[in-house]
Amino acid sequence: MTVNESDLHAYVDGMLPASSVAEVELHLASHPEDAERVRAWRELSGALRKAFDPVMDEPVPHRLVVRPRRAWSRYAMAAGLMVIGIATGWVARGALFGLPLSGNPPVALARQAAIAHAVYSPEVRHPVEVWAQQEDHLVKWLSKRLGTTLKCPSLGSVGYELVGGRLLSGSNGPVAQFMFQDAKGARLTLYVTTQKGDSRSTAFRFSQEGGVAVFYWIDDKYGYALSGEMGRTELLQVANVVYKQLNPEQ
Amino acid sequence: MENHPIVQHIPRLRRYARALIGDRYSADDLVQDTLERAWNKLHLWRPGSDMRAWLFAIMHNVFVNHARSRRYDVESHMETLPILPTRATQGDYLELLDVERALRALPVEQREVLLLIAVEEMTYDEVSKALDVPIGTVMSRLSRGRERLRQVASGTSNQTLKVVK
Repeated sequence: MTVNESDLHAYVDGMLPASSVAEVELHLASHPEDAERVRAWRELSGALRKAFDPVMDEPVPHRLVVRPRRAWSRYAMAAGLMVIGIATGWVARGALFGLPLSGNPPVALARQAAIAHAVYSPEVRHPVEVWAQQEDHLVKWLSKRLGTTLKCPSLGSVGYELVGGRLLSGSNGPVAQFMFQDAKGARLTLYVTTQKGDSRSTAFRFSQEGGVAVFYWIDDKYGYALSGEMGRTELLQVANVVYKQLNPEQ
Repeated sequence: MENHPIVQHIPRLRRYARALIGDRYSADDLVQDTLERAWNKLHLWRPGSDMRAWLFAIMHNVFVNHARSRRYDVESHMETLPILPTRATQGDYLELLDVERALRALPVEQREVLLLIAVEEMTYDEVSKALDVPIGTVMSRLSRGRERLRQVASGTSNQTLKVVK
């Protein structure tokens, strides 16, 4: 057998048929230059593995583990919610003729929160503007934009970690959206608005907006809406935790 | 979802992308784009066939399609490689830096082949399928890539020795 360069590579890479190994080794014994090349190639392969194997042990960034929903379904959901929003807005405007549209803020709050949830929660790369690693910065920034002091609940006790947050525009001005996620990648969003003028507090209310379940309430000057694609009972459990965290004295 | 075979391959895809591109964030962008495409095309994957080969083929296509737009900053990484420190340096660190630096000097086609074989430990046949090139092309890229890497790596390490002394 004449040993060619491909045989030498196959030898280094362990892809040479067992029957040819002895012959290549015989060749190397009498061709020191080839033997040196083979030694160097082996060393390089080892150095490459040593350089890059540690990547395998790094924790996988969250953005890579979330299975993206098909783009059309998320846009369809957002579009569907907007159609409902327009239709009910139209009816509401007729019914409440002469009254400001904010006359029934909680309903609008739930719908806007559900739309924002449907738009942003399926995002893989840009679900938030500021990631949880910079939570302090996130809360300060959103507080400043909303002109108040916001608190971001920590939902670890119910299995949700903060992903981050973003600034949105609502009918009354800036809105904060915090996003949370459980170990399976299910996401919740907490939509926080500031209520203008004289607002009364309300109890929890529930609204099913298409596939998105929403618990919403008004607490003094804030409007809150917690949205998720999950059952009412499960969402209520989280809503209770959010409420308690935001009102620790009660 | 964590148990889905796609998810189990993510660490491998990340290792390969990091070696291919260098920059951690650009590499994870490549992995993310690959995964998005894989999830969307999952119905095209034949159960029982080699999922690793399928994923690496997707990654190759995504990479090639985006390389022209410089989306993954393949080249710019060459300019941003850290300057070798001249003091208080561990030998191992230099060794790693040298092999990474040498890798950047390879044309991307040779880098892909070399990494799939040396790091991913694919067979020549698997590489041929993942990159969609004939096996003869795989062998010539491997051969040229290895020789070039050997020269660059030895050249770099000589310089390094001078600096350290």
